Amino acid sequence: MFRNQYDTDVTTWSPTGRLFQVEYAMEAVKQGSAAIGLRSRSHVVLACVNKAQSELSSHQKKIFKVDDHIGVAIAGLTADGRVLSRYMRSEAINHSFTYESPLPVGRLVVHLADKAQVCTQRSWKRPYGVGLLVGGLDESGAHLYYNCPSGNYFEYQAFAIGSRSQAAKTYLERRFESFGDSSKEDLIKDAILAVRETLQGETLKSSLCTVSVLGVGEPFHFLDQETIQKVIDTFEKVPEEEEGEAGEGEAEAAPAEQGGDGGGAGDQDVAPMEM
Amino acid sequence: MTFTIPIDNGDAVKNAEADSQRTLYPYVTGTSIVAIKYKDGVLMASDMGGSYGSTLRYKNIERVKAIGKHSLLGASGEISDFQEILRYLDELVLNDNMWDDGNSFGPKEVHNYLTRVMYNRRNKFNPLWNTLVLGGVKNGESYLGMVSMIGVSFEDNHVATGFGNHLARPILRDEWRADLSFEEGVKLLEKCMRVLLYRDRSAINKLQIAKITEEGVTVSQPYSLKTFWEFQAFHNPTAGAQGSW
Repeated sequence: MFRNQYDTDVTTWSPTGRLFQVEYAMEAVKQGSAAIGLRSRSHVVLACVNKAQSELSSHQKKIFKVDDHIGVAIAGLTADGRVLSRYMRSEAINHSFTYESPLPVGRLVVHLADKAQVCTQRSWKRPYGVGLLVGGLDESGAHLYYNCPSGNYFEYQAFAIGSRSQAAKTYLERRFESFGDSSKEDLIKDAILAVRETLQGETLKSSLCTVSVLGVGEPFHFLDQETIQKVIDTFEKVPEEEEGEAGEGEAEAAPAEQGGDGGGAGDQDVAPMEM
Repeated sequence: MTFTIPIDNGDAVKNAEADSQRTLYPYVTGTSIVAIKYKDGVLMASDMGGSYGSTLRYKNIERVKAIGKHSLLGASGEISDFQEILRYLDELVLNDNMWDDGNSFGPKEVHNYLTRVMYNRRNKFNPLWNTLVLGGVKNGESYLGMVSMIGVSFEDNHVATGFGNHLARPILRDEWRADLSFEEGVKLLEKCMRVLLYRDRSAINKLQIAKITEEGVTVSQPYSLKTFWEFQAFHNPTAGAQGSW
């Protein structure tokens, strides 16, 4: 999309009925490094790619525990993501304190979406520049939601956001029908394989990804590097030939430390605050 | 005509609470509630009396009410505060239902909500003058708990309020079992209520027993207990007390 005279203000409609500022905020999500979520009936796995600004720095935290039964993975402006995670933790703990019962994740995402919507209808605010994959439990089992800057939320069996997420989505689209009954281990394997898709040729190492799991009877926790590496080892030995990536076929691993990932073609500068 | 107790808390400039009042005493009160867990859920018994001090003024007060799909609330103490609590819970249940998302508040959530409300009021020195009994069944699990006007809250297999604590609980401690059938449970509660009827002066002989199971709530029609007054000792009560005292 290109600059036009209706895109300065979030409270200005375009003649075609669009709010450009909101759409630009959704672009920010696409610039961040990938985050992936998938769920079975009883478990949710959230995984993300760890990208550091430089070799000298550590990578940014993109997966947050909200409560024992809810976790969130973010892509986009991580500062906005951190603030929203704090809000979610606050909601969850207040509910827990008042009712001694875990906040159903479906209700949390509605609160979150309503909060995001406010920012699309105030002239002195801007939309949050972060997409959130919220995984959690409620009375009917495990759920995965995607909250976007527009204030919309959707429920998914599996989803990926951030740069090169299309590759992961293609992989997930092929496999998602079996996720409902998957075991936890299979779900983790699929998550890591989906992460691998977004790396597009780069060798998959456990240091490059963060994986978290939560489920019925299993509180939210991160998998340690060893466990992730073990899963990687089960399939890295057999190089899969036709995980067909659309478009660019980079022969060698693109230097990942080159400040920020551009997602796809036609990309402008990447602002330093984005990951 | 409204009657307010005149209070002088000084001038409104220096005292922020100059014209506000706090709960000092209860006026229309209900007496004990007795409740037990049994095989299929929870049974709760109460009489239908509302006393105005020592006068048995109201004889048709329902002190046990269904809350949502899964809970039963019984209250002793100030009846108007009980009605206020019912309004709070009405709002709670309404908002819960409006989500329409398959999740619903069970007895544990309602109990904890009430605990928060009661404790917060106590901290402001403006309590809701009740002792509440919350029972329910959700997902096959029975729940029975109590909250007092000062926010003391706990769960147990059998609970009672007021005089029930002194007269009914000992009976329940001896005779309660986890696998009581409905008939046995009712009989046990009636035994407790009969003792309360004999010995609690605020009790009246018109009671209701409410049952909650996975299927839902049923509150019985009011009925009365058979009493026996032909004990020898009552025939000539002053026989052993001749003389001036």
